Amino acid sequence: MHGTVSTAEDVLTIAGRQMRSRLLLGTGGFASLELLAEAIAASGSELVTVALRRVDPTARGSLTDVLADAGVQLLPNTAGCHTARDAVITARLAREAFDTNWVKLEVIGDEDTLLPDAPELLRAAEELLEDGFVVLPYTTDDPVLARRLADLGCAAVMPLGSPIGSGMGIRNPYNIALIREAVQVPVVLDAGVGTASDAALAMELGCDAVMAASAIARAQDPVAMAHAMRSAVCAGRLARGAGRIPRRHYATPSTPTEGIAAF
Amino acid sequence: MIVLNGQRSDLRAGETVAAALARLDLDLDARGVAVAVDGEVVPRAAWESFALGHDARVEVLTAMQGG
Repeated sequence: MHGTVSTAEDVLTIAGRQMRSRLLLGTGGFASLELLAEAIAASGSELVTVALRRVDPTARGSLTDVLADAGVQLLPNTAGCHTARDAVITARLAREAFDTNWVKLEVIGDEDTLLPDAPELLRAAEELLEDGFVVLPYTTDDPVLARRLADLGCAAVMPLGSPIGSGMGIRNPYNIALIREAVQVPVVLDAGVGTASDAALAMELGCDAVMAASAIARAQDPVAMAHAMRSAVCAGRLARGAGRIPRRHYATPSTPTEGIAAF
Repeated sequence: MIVLNGQRSDLRAGETVAAALARLDLDLDARGVAVAVDGEVVPRAAWESFALGHDARVEVLTAMQGG
């Protein structure tokens, strides 16, 4: 538990960097760079993910410029990598391209579910940590794997709620709560968020932050959804600190039963 | 044959990474760009001096929207 939370003073610290926003934003899937810029502003996010792909000389506009103008910190990902080797090379290229040693480490083990490949993930994390990276691994909702990653020295763990882009929310809230207990580093709920209530639930379960990508980018109104996610993360964080009432099987009257008139 | 971003190129052995960048209309100040040759990162400081081998595979990457 984090005790009483005041939103003004409540900062998220990852690897020594302090952020007021607890919402991480993925930049994938936005219909235009203009829409992305508006969504970043609405989300309040200070940390946004980018991918590395081959230069396309015909591409219009510069994502790098848009993100620089937004004043956000970049979190390069290794999306699309299926081996530790590919992920390590991609991270090193990202460090070169974006001048940051932070990496959202993704090593995918299955094409249909895009679930992480645990052994490759551990291998890549170990190598990148030795090379001085700040590693934020995208992981399954397995508390033991999360602990292993944290023990290696990862700066945070990013367990999935459900498969990337599925919008199925948090399929195993119990495991997410166990992960929060299992590690000392920040827990960022990543993947599967479909709407604002999923983000609020993640925070109520004790997550330190939420990452949203498709849920915002592919919403009918991405800017409005960015705003909704921002509010949901704040609400969930406050509710976690406030301490919810226990669940009970039967009703408990909220109005005193003493002094009831007898007719 | 030197392959640039998965495509056959007219680059010849001995030409530098900078020449490969020029083929993609990029100059040496291009922001947010990284280069790998045969799976190894070539740091920006070496772009002008790193000479490509006969069968070099050059990857020139930049920021793309992604999760």
